[in-house]
Amino acid sequence: MEPTTVWFTLIAVLWTGYFVLEGFDFGVGVLLPVLAPRRRALDGGGTTEVDRRLMINSIGPVWDGNEVWLLVAGGATFAAFPEWYATLFSGFYLPLLVILLALIVRGVAFEYRGKVDSARWRRNWDRAIFWGSLIPAFLWGVAFANIVRGVPLDAEHHYTGTLFTLLNPYALLGGLTTLAVFTLHGAVFLALKTDGEIRWRARGLLTRLCAPVAVVAAGFLAFTQIEHGRPMTWVTAGAAAAALLGGLAAALRGREGWAFTGTAVAIALTVATLFGDLWPNVMPSSTADAFSLTVHNAASTDYTLKVMTWVAVLFTPVVLVYQGWTYWVFRRRLTREIIAPVETGSGAEAAR
Amino acid sequence: MNALDLSRWQFGITTVYHFIFVPLTIGLSVLVAGMQTAWHRTRNPLYLRMTTFFGKLFLINFAMGVLTGIVQEFQFGMNWSDYSRFVGDVFGAPLAMEGLLAFFLESTFLGLWIFGWGRLSPRLHLATIWLAAFGTIMSAYFILAANSWMQHPVGYRLDPETGRAELTSIWEVLTNPTTLVTFPHVIFGAFLTGGMFVAGVSAWHLARRRDVPLFRRAMRAGLVFSLVAALGVTVSGDVQARVMTEQQPMKMAAAEALYETTSHASFSLLTIGSLDGGEELWSLRVPHVLSFMATGAPDGTVEGVNDVQRAYEERYGPGGYTPVIPITYWTFRLMIGMGLLAGLLAAAGLWLTRRGRLPGGPWFHRAALAGVALPFLANTMGWIFTEMGRQPWVVMGLMRTRDGVSPDVGTAEVVTSLTVFTVLYAALAVVAGALMARYARQGPPPQDRTPGADEPMPVFSY
Repeated sequence: MEPTTVWFTLIAVLWTGYFVLEGFDFGVGVLLPVLAPRRRALDGGGTTEVDRRLMINSIGPVWDGNEVWLLVAGGATFAAFPEWYATLFSGFYLPLLVILLALIVRGVAFEYRGKVDSARWRRNWDRAIFWGSLIPAFLWGVAFANIVRGVPLDAEHHYTGTLFTLLNPYALLGGLTTLAVFTLHGAVFLALKTDGEIRWRARGLLTRLCAPVAVVAAGFLAFTQIEHGRPMTWVTAGAAAAALLGGLAAALRGREGWAFTGTAVAIALTVATLFGDLWPNVMPSSTADAFSLTVHNAASTDYTLKVMTWVAVLFTPVVLVYQGWTYWVFRRRLTREIIAPVETGSGAEAAR
Repeated sequence: MNALDLSRWQFGITTVYHFIFVPLTIGLSVLVAGMQTAWHRTRNPLYLRMTTFFGKLFLINFAMGVLTGIVQEFQFGMNWSDYSRFVGDVFGAPLAMEGLLAFFLESTFLGLWIFGWGRLSPRLHLATIWLAAFGTIMSAYFILAANSWMQHPVGYRLDPETGRAELTSIWEVLTNPTTLVTFPHVIFGAFLTGGMFVAGVSAWHLARRRDVPLFRRAMRAGLVFSLVAALGVTVSGDVQARVMTEQQPMKMAAAEALYETTSHASFSLLTIGSLDGGEELWSLRVPHVLSFMATGAPDGTVEGVNDVQRAYEERYGPGGYTPVIPITYWTFRLMIGMGLLAGLLAAAGLWLTRRGRLPGGPWFHRAALAGVALPFLANTMGWIFTEMGRQPWVVMGLMRTRDGVSPDVGTAEVVTSLTVFTVLYAALAVVAGALMARYARQGPPPQDRTPGADEPMPVFSY
């Protein structure tokens, strides 16, 4: 296989890792006010607070590691396809800025919300978690739909559109799809990782989410395939749809492990479909085919790609092993009982 | 101001801000790992309380470092796309390695450390904080290899067709002499930051005679760590000065505002005057020191700004090759001065607390608290010096900063991002600073027993 093909595949794998993993922690963030609403609480918010902490603790040990997949995808794109890195991030300047701000605020919120015992303090950070999860979950879909669709690039590979070029109906559907699928993925994750009230609420939500998510996702995949599809990606798109439906069926029958496998595989196959449609372009130009960025004209030299291939081959398995081990260590379902109340005043948080 | 100036301000602001948190992360991760090791070895609950107390402060800081670091990974592409196109083949490699080898390690194992109390065996749990600390240090190595390539490009060739830099030897890039001297300098600087932080916070509590046995030990440990780090910073900085003089003579000349080539060059501690090569009003000078710094010999010849400018004009064509001298001049001596002062404070603190002594005067604790600020300021001055001292180049001798900016990002966009980053970062500084102060003042939670496996204990979970 040519080194450029290897790296195109590896970049796809990194984005897959990012969306499968950060997808569910985005979903948990979006569901925070949905599954643990403040107005439902009759006891002055005591259970709501425990439920919210339960939800946040379910992703606590892993969300930061999940986010690193994005950093590595960015760094790997810089190393393997510098032209792609340069065009994409300068061209999508404002949406990327919004994503970065959202990720910063959301991360700070996870770390700081429990550090001061004040309802107002926590409420504000909860808003940060909600919006900081929802906005990137939506904008990543907008960005990837635009990449597949093609954006105006000139002969120098500079982006010549505006912010509004990116806000076309197809891209917005892409955004809605990632938001919907990540939310679903998060609900399945919560059903899998918790026990008690939150688990039942997550399951209940799943039954209501199923149909709309399936329709949106199927619509996006169908549009994508009709416009950009090729035989091989029809297979992956079909398999993605099947995995999503299989996951939903498993979720409805309370088979949470299979449900999570289903949504994870569906996300992975959707990323595979988008990258498959893209190949051999990495960023098609809607101005003229000749101006498109491809795996060839955007790539680094063979030497750099070979060096990076060795690094990736040696270290990616190690990363997978220790990240997988983390999930094994924290495999136990969380319940309200193990989320003990905050010790007021002392600042020392609850034991787990 | 145009998009270029604004992009430079944005890079400066976001990077300096990011590097407030990073050195403390590196230094504290090692110190907290050391404290936990002491607990593991001795089973003395005092060390466990010390670990959880400083661990909490470490985490408040760590979050800020990681999250502001996300911006760093993307803003080369966002604001410096032509730079990214030019250097990506070389510069991208260490960046990607940093992600794969360092970021995954620190984030994953820190997650295990935070949530793994009682879940992992004590030995394994101790290993997680050491691995996280190792990750932060690895991260510094790779990013410094990338930065060093901008200071002193090696292991590359210029493609005659595209005019871009292409990697010819990853080994040369990773063992760039600039990297090899910068890495220890930055790491010791980070250790100094962490050590003085632990010592300063401990002094604050000792002044109130709270938890004296715990904070006395923490303070002594922080001071010893700081003193060793200060020696390391000095030695590595001394070597680095000679490497810099050889690779970037303009930077050394600009560091002293030395316009004419001089042997037996003196080092001015401070100068009153315009620093433009005209008559200075007054200066305080130490003879031979600049020559010694730059060449290793007290009578060595140091090239002046004017000669280097002439030589560069011959080599690179007409143009200005001189950085903003007042900035390089003052940041250079403030960096050295504050670093040395921190080292002296550490030595004085160790002397004053020798053999069970505990000085009570308010000046002692005030000095210790001031000692917390000094390494932060020295780190910042050092980076402003080395980056501003490289100007007008973004990659020394290969690409000017003005040629690296994104041509397709407009002024309005950069104004937006610069404003939003500045406002958000200022707000977060207030929040993080307030939290840090709150928890630092609160002191360690009471705890007089050692927890067993799977037994609940106060940890850091959300």
